[in-house]
Amino acid sequence: MNNDTNFKRYLKLDLLPTPWCPGCGNGIVLKTICQAFDELDLPKNGTVVVSGIGCAGRSAGFFDLDSVHTAHGRAIPVAEGIKYANDALNVVVVSGDGDLIGIGGNHLFQAIRRNTNITVICYANEIYAMTGGQVSPITPHNTKTLTTPNGNPDRPADIQFLFKSNNCFFARTTAYHLNHMRKCIVEALKFKGFSFVEARTMCIVNYGRRLGYKNSNEMLLHYKEFYKINDYAEALAENEIGIIKSAPRSSDGFPSA
Amino acid sequence: MSTTFIEGSIAVAKTVAVSRPHVISAYPITPQTHIVEHLSELVANGELKSEFVNVESEHSAASVVLGSSATGARTYTATTSQGFLLMIEVLFNIAGMRLPVVMTCVNRAVSAPINIWNDQQDSMTARDSGWIQLYAEDNQEASDMHLQAFKIAENKDIMLPVMVCMDGFVLTHSFDPVELISQEQVDKFLPPFKPEYYLTPKNPLTFGTLVGPDGYMETRYFIEKTMHASLQVISDVAADFHNQFGRFQGGLIDTYKVEDASLVLVAMGSIIGTIKDIVDELRAKGQKVGVLKVRSYRPFPKDEIYKALNHVKEIAVLEKAVSLGYGGILVNEIKSVFYGKPKTPKINGFILGLGGRDITVDTIHQTIKETVKASSEEKFIGLNEALIGGK
Ligand SMILES: Cc1ncc(C[n+]2csc(CCOP(=O)(O)OP(=O)(O)O)c2C)c(N)n1
Ligand code: SF4
Repeated sequence: MNNDTNFKRYLKLDLLPTPWCPGCGNGIVLKTICQAFDELDLPKNGTVVVSGIGCAGRSAGFFDLDSVHTAHGRAIPVAEGIKYANDALNVVVVSGDGDLIGIGGNHLFQAIRRNTNITVICYANEIYAMTGGQVSPITPHNTKTLTTPNGNPDRPADIQFLFKSNNCFFARTTAYHLNHMRKCIVEALKFKGFSFVEARTMCIVNYGRRLGYKNSNEMLLHYKEFYKINDYAEALAENEIGIIKSAPRSSDGFPSA
Repeated sequence: MSTTFIEGSIAVAKTVAVSRPHVISAYPITPQTHIVEHLSELVANGELKSEFVNVESEHSAASVVLGSSATGARTYTATTSQGFLLMIEVLFNIAGMRLPVVMTCVNRAVSAPINIWNDQQDSMTARDSGWIQLYAEDNQEASDMHLQAFKIAENKDIMLPVMVCMDGFVLTHSFDPVELISQEQVDKFLPPFKPEYYLTPKNPLTFGTLVGPDGYMETRYFIEKTMHASLQVISDVAADFHNQFGRFQGGLIDTYKVEDASLVLVAMGSIIGTIKDIVDELRAKGQKVGVLKVRSYRPFPKDEIYKALNHVKEIAVLEKAVSLGYGGILVNEIKSVFYGKPKTPKINGFILGLGGRDITVDTIHQTIKETVKASSEEKFIGLNEALIGGK
């Protein structure tokens, strides 16, 4: 347990509490990102946060750092623009799964192709939360949401394989596995190239309670029971979290494999 | 027909459902969500035999209905604000391909800064897209307008998409008594969609192909010509609707106490209701005021507006949109109605209610006072002096 409160220097404390619902997992992810920043001692005057739109996206405004709230889905290209204009900056995207994998999905794929040296933290709550609880691209098959009242007929996207295609960084973690989440974010920030952390987190109000969870603690316990850590594996199974093993890059920056 | 106390969004969804769309596609965005959520529920519980397609963006939603419509399917989508802006590329395509898609544009402010509240800047941005645009005053009209929209769009002499614009939250989220129309009655009013041209292997066609300088201009000429022809069709469909259902909310325009008025307020959408109350109040004090509601914004009914307003001395145009770098939009179109005519009334424009800024009875009284007092001018009304540095 880390009781160090130094991470608070990355937050606008006067804006707290956040507008998130009681029991929302977003605060856990926000805090863990700040702890990772603190561990690496990222300079406050050299770090920029970019978000899309959504409950998760609102976290950009709580960092005591320069930040941009982009249009829904456009955080990655805006972050790339910042990085290409000033390579010295640490550029971090914070947004939801609908924003990054749904409406912004093409940008994700193109940023992997370009291997832009930025880090994306996805608050993956499996739902479009801000708009009230509609199906997202990672909502599990058969799950009921407001726009899939009979259960989601589609399969969720498993995006880890996209990152393999250009040897980029991908990690999956959860709001229960705090030390693991912090480790994933630290490694993602250190990675030279495009890095992405899929942080599974709880939306109790517009998702969990409709699935029968009585409170968000029950959702956390589900993460605890369901997910096993498997770091540096070739691929992650549905019930595994971890960092995907990436092959070393050759001197020209291309995967050596 | 039965009167139900119902949320505006749900009334619209139920009317769309009885219009028997084959394909519905949408992406969630506040305050449009309740409409499409209710439709997905009706599809899921078997009440509505349609394909409901959840997609990854509004650009895709518009593309899905474009594709379905090209096969001859009746199609529907709904969005607002940022989603609407993202759709715009495809909206031009839909009109250019002459596909009679019907959509709801729930009216909401546009970014940046983000604002989810009502104004009409979103739909006004697409006024040149080739979509017929109708604006609803209340939830009864919003609901009825969708049925009329399918009939106008699918008229074989029109074949243009129709957008029903309704104020976000003010209408979509408010509960009102609404008379819902039964399936049987709708089937009498709205025949099945039978397009002349559609995708079928029996007679291969290409939609949206490259057309060079030798033919492109004519595509625009024909849409413009059809827009003019649709003036009559919109009026006729409103009259048919009146005959069958006994309700008339106006054809191209609607007027209230305009006949003997010396000052008329012109506006679109839900603000009309508030203005009517003020008109009654001022009439009781002997002031000769009236209201003109622009129901069809595209096509723009110049002749009807001229006919209704040529006797008045003063006009105040109230609008929840602005053309940045030019000023009011509707006000300048109203001014153009009088160009070259023997007599021009004093026409004042007021931009108000942007981003959900309250439009109170006082705001409207102020526009009337300013119109009586000042020479023709345009201004923002209801600004917070503290935020703009005072005067
Ligand atoms: C172009 C556009 N379409 C739709 C919306 C409405 N919208 C706001 S947030 C959001 C989804 C948010 O879901 P997600 O990205 O998963 O974040 P969460 O709220 O779950 O944290 C949507 C669809 C929008 N703002 N812009
Ligand atoms: S709706 Fe869900 S994601 Fe949004 S703040 Fe509430 S609990 Fe969190």
